[in-house]
Amino acid sequence: MHFWTEVKEGLLIAFRAIRSNKIRSVLTTLGIVIGIVSVTLMATAIEGVNRAFDRSAAAFGTDVMYIEKWPWVSNDDWSTFRNRREFKVEYANQLERQATLLSAVAPTMNTRRTLKYKDKEMETAIITGTTSSYIAASGNSQIDGRFFSDEESDGGRPVCAIGAVVAENLFPNEDPIGKTIRVAGHPFTVLGVFEKQGGLFGEFTSDTRVYVPIHAFQNYFGGRRYVMVQARAKSMNLLEDAKIEVEGIMRKIRNVPPGEKSDFSINQQELLTQTFGPISLVISAIGLFITGLSLFVGGIGIMNIMFVSVTERTKEIGIRKAIGAKRRTILLQFLVEAAALCLIGGLIGLLIAFPLSLIVDKVLPTVMPFSIVIIAILISLTVGVVSGFLPAYRAAKMDPVEALRYE
Amino acid sequence: MSVIELTNITKVYDMGAAQQVAALQGVSMKIEKNEYVAIMGPSGSGKSTLMNIIGCLDTPTSGLYLFNGVNVSEMDDNNLARIRNKEIGFVFQTFNLLARSDALHNVELPLIYAGVSAAERKERARKTLEHVGLGDRAHHKPNELSGGQRQRVAIARALVTRPSIILADEPTGNLDSRTGEEIMALFEDLHAQGNTIILVTHEADIAEHAHRVVRLRDGKIETDEHIPEAKRKTYAPRKAS
Repeated sequence: MHFWTEVKEGLLIAFRAIRSNKIRSVLTTLGIVIGIVSVTLMATAIEGVNRAFDRSAAAFGTDVMYIEKWPWVSNDDWSTFRNRREFKVEYANQLERQATLLSAVAPTMNTRRTLKYKDKEMETAIITGTTSSYIAASGNSQIDGRFFSDEESDGGRPVCAIGAVVAENLFPNEDPIGKTIRVAGHPFTVLGVFEKQGGLFGEFTSDTRVYVPIHAFQNYFGGRRYVMVQARAKSMNLLEDAKIEVEGIMRKIRNVPPGEKSDFSINQQELLTQTFGPISLVISAIGLFITGLSLFVGGIGIMNIMFVSVTERTKEIGIRKAIGAKRRTILLQFLVEAAALCLIGGLIGLLIAFPLSLIVDKVLPTVMPFSIVIIAILISLTVGVVSGFLPAYRAAKMDPVEALRYE
Repeated sequence: MSVIELTNITKVYDMGAAQQVAALQGVSMKIEKNEYVAIMGPSGSGKSTLMNIIGCLDTPTSGLYLFNGVNVSEMDDNNLARIRNKEIGFVFQTFNLLARSDALHNVELPLIYAGVSAAERKERARKTLEHVGLGDRAHHKPNELSGGQRQRVAIARALVTRPSIILADEPTGNLDSRTGEEIMALFEDLHAQGNTIILVTHEADIAEHAHRVVRLRDGKIETDEHIPEAKRKTYAPRKAS
């Protein structure tokens, strides 16, 4: 007998059986529904985390180098880095003058201060001192209003550009541009507001920052601070060459004797993706495994109900065998029934998970990956076949004489 | 060549604890094409066991069973299923129809297992239902049919594959006597049309319709006699509707 005819007949039988045991079918399927909902939502959340990570990493700029004392990621003993000499703000100017492959260079210094505007206060803001080159050097040009000019920068004027979260906190109902905020008591006039970057590395994005001219920063908040120099390559293709050039110039600036290791680090976004990639993979795997357990429990429910179904239909199995159903036919009939139950559960699960994923999207921008839809359908089919196998096998090997006698 | 040839068939059931029950103790018989045989015997005589073996639902413990010249006593489950599907039409005392399927689908079922195409299957099932006088009941479920009608559906299901034998196990056991006689008349028609019929029963007046009666007792054949036409119960030939 042709395989597909058997499957078709199996499907007809399955739907008849499912229809005639509505409540039981619904309850059994519920296990699969919950399993598929949790697995797909977990996958959607993981997708969201990955996207957030990519976007966050992108906030560092793919073509931007961060030249500083400390490496972002290293397996070496930290004391080797601790003993390096501190960075100076002047490096940025020297680098900019000598380099040929860089489009912009900007020094940065950071500190944490409390912000105030009228009765609003924000305690967690990071104050970054930098130059007018910052916009070009960071590649973050999504700004409403403007950044400070060369003159304002050189003159150390009390002006600033603020991040989106800072603006939300201090100016919930006002346009911040032109207003004066107080940074640890010192007045700064807001020139521009950066667009929201979001992402996982909140502190590293512009969102919670206030950018002020570096001279003003040194005056008000002290100059003996950790300095980082941001340098942006003229183009993505030139990045590797630019890195070599930067290394050479920096060695000269810091008088590193030939043959010795450089006493500074050139950090790139790439380092982050390389480091966090495997971590996010492990987290994904664990998350999917845990939610997968609920699918497993659903599978056990299917298996249980299929055993009941087989016992209940012993007589029917006997009849079918008497008129010529082979073992394989009976096996297939019950496998198809279990698979159909699970598939229905899977599809319902997807229908429920999709609107829920839109809610997840509100918190963590994401979209249900299309691949997970396919995978969810395949998984529910597999769960059906696997959990239906034992009951179906029991049905298939029933003795027709015994089965016919069953009442 | 005989349709059925049994040689020294035995069947022993293990009842556990080293207890064994010999349901059949060396049964030998031949059934030819277009015979109408009744197998009789009191309960416990082994007639159900014999029927199961003839119907290829079970295999003998020892002995040789040739079905159309083919040895089926050592066939595996799949080949037995194929024989049951194509060569044997079962009619049971309790009808054994699928309760959730309509008459047409019940009759179609053996053809599904035989791999017949949907269109041909429907056509043949419908014709066979008409043949047993139920052409207008094709879409009724078993619980919407009377006992006699159900048994006709079951007979149609047995006939639809054009089997070598029709094996009926107490086919009138669950019917009132008038309906029972109608069913027996149908069997007579089928026999007249060339079918081979084996009837298992413990009722003497049902067995009287057959042309040959085999009596079993304690797992052995007690008598095997041809019934002369004069002693047979017959009905006026019924016109197939």
